[in-house]
Amino acid sequence: MIRDSDFDDLAHKSGEWLRGTGPESDIVISSRIRLARNLADFPFIRRCSDEDRISIERTIRAKMDSIDEWREVRYIDLEQLSEIDRQFLVERQLISREIADAEGSRAVAIDPREQYSVMINEEDHLRIQVMHSGLDLKSAWQSIDELDDKLEGAILYAFHPECGYLTACPTNVGTGLRVSVMLHLPALVITRQIDKVFRSMQRINVTVRGLYGEGSQYTGDFYQVSNQITLGHREQDLVALVGDDVVPRIIEYERKARDFLVKQGQQDLHDDVSRALGILSTAKKISSEETMHYLSKVRMGVNLGLIEDVPVGTINKLFIHTQPAHLQKLQGRLLGSSDRNVERATYLQCHLSGKLSDGELN
Amino acid sequence: MKCQYCEKPATFHITELTEPDGPQVMHLCEEHARGFLQKEATTPTASIAGALAKQLNLGQTKQELAELDQKECPVCGISFFEFRNTGRLGCPFDYTHFSEDLIPLLTNIHDSVVHIGKRPRRAAAADSHAELIQLRREMEEAVEREDYERASEIRDALHRIEEAGSTEQNASGEEE
Repeated sequence: MIRDSDFDDLAHKSGEWLRGTGPESDIVISSRIRLARNLADFPFIRRCSDEDRISIERTIRAKMDSIDEWREVRYIDLEQLSEIDRQFLVERQLISREIADAEGSRAVAIDPREQYSVMINEEDHLRIQVMHSGLDLKSAWQSIDELDDKLEGAILYAFHPECGYLTACPTNVGTGLRVSVMLHLPALVITRQIDKVFRSMQRINVTVRGLYGEGSQYTGDFYQVSNQITLGHREQDLVALVGDDVVPRIIEYERKARDFLVKQGQQDLHDDVSRALGILSTAKKISSEETMHYLSKVRMGVNLGLIEDVPVGTINKLFIHTQPAHLQKLQGRLLGSSDRNVERATYLQCHLSGKLSDGELN
Repeated sequence: MKCQYCEKPATFHITELTEPDGPQVMHLCEEHARGFLQKEATTPTASIAGALAKQLNLGQTKQELAELDQKECPVCGISFFEFRNTGRLGCPFDYTHFSEDLIPLLTNIHDSVVHIGKRPRRAAAADSHAELIQLRREMEEAVEREDYERASEIRDALHRIEEAGSTEQNASGEEE
């Protein structure tokens, strides 16, 4: 592994999972699977001393270093990182908000294509995650299963023959598996049917939550669907519950709602998404919330063929790259909120006015 | 129609099917509907709290509850009261020590208490977690006071436990 604290290069490119490729990528942004694992011979994080945490971090790092295929993997010590750099990794979905805000020894290992990351000393000693673009859970499960096997070869996990993999929170025990699919559902929001989706999810043990919003405010019409249960089912069955059963149904609802919007008033819809693109590509200052709001419309416009010449991958990237820490990393300096609004507008203008192709954005 | 909680127009009409007195129709504005639906979409901590509340209503007397709250894990020292408040356990051995108390909780959350998924090739026996944690602590203390002979004895003991666990896992794997 490469020990690293400088990842400015990341700000100029984006992870594989944002490409806007993979099955159903007009609606499904990404498929993510994470596994929670703990070492057998340490208390869980909340009851760890500072020395315990240091010792866990060292133990796991040494084991990871011994994995041959991981020579290119970046290893980042989060304790030494500035707040803005930690925020950057949160925006990028490579670490959780919880580990960013925590204290003490903690780290993350990231593969060069950003398809997997391993957090050390989050709520559990190890949180392994794999992210793929589009609805691609089966291959994501295959990848994470292999990763888990590699780590397991070197680490003695806390495992109980009846309870399965032991975790700090009993809601994760058993498989330690959380399958999360991020969906873009603007038409269900516009047609006010999103509540139906919420309700049908509760009956089948699946959780839905809005994304990117602060507090209770959902922005950008992104929703994350995850399994609620982790014990008593095989991993493949939990993956199938979300990927083969629940998500395709939501996709169907969203497609119907999009068809309805097109039939009901294509001109209005075309006008609405074109105005959104107009604002994003000409505004001189723009807030993060407003950006999300209009990017969501533009993304739908692109997917419905109402907006041409803007690749969906570019829109996906703009959702991430216009967030506060990304803008500041790109500028290489700290910016206040109003400076960020100006910077964001410039950045959007640059990427949406046709001067840059998708390739150049990478 | 107005929202039943404020003056705004009700744009969400939600039929709650899980109410004990039969379906209940709610008329809500967007803001209150989101609040309501979000509360319903349970977070892990909320579902732990919910599951615990359910469990604690099931015929336990105050005295029984007070006794349970004081029960402590001999390895990590966490009390059931602390677990109940934070929703987080203190160490792997808690699943053995609080086993009986966790069963109703796991049933409420997962509708199951038995793992049927992936198993590691190597795992320590369930009841050896306490010993593993304690021995590793002792080993670190031994290293600190430069008693390397004792540290290496403990290291051997740890390896023996790990190997015993592996054999046990493999044996049970073969039976399946």
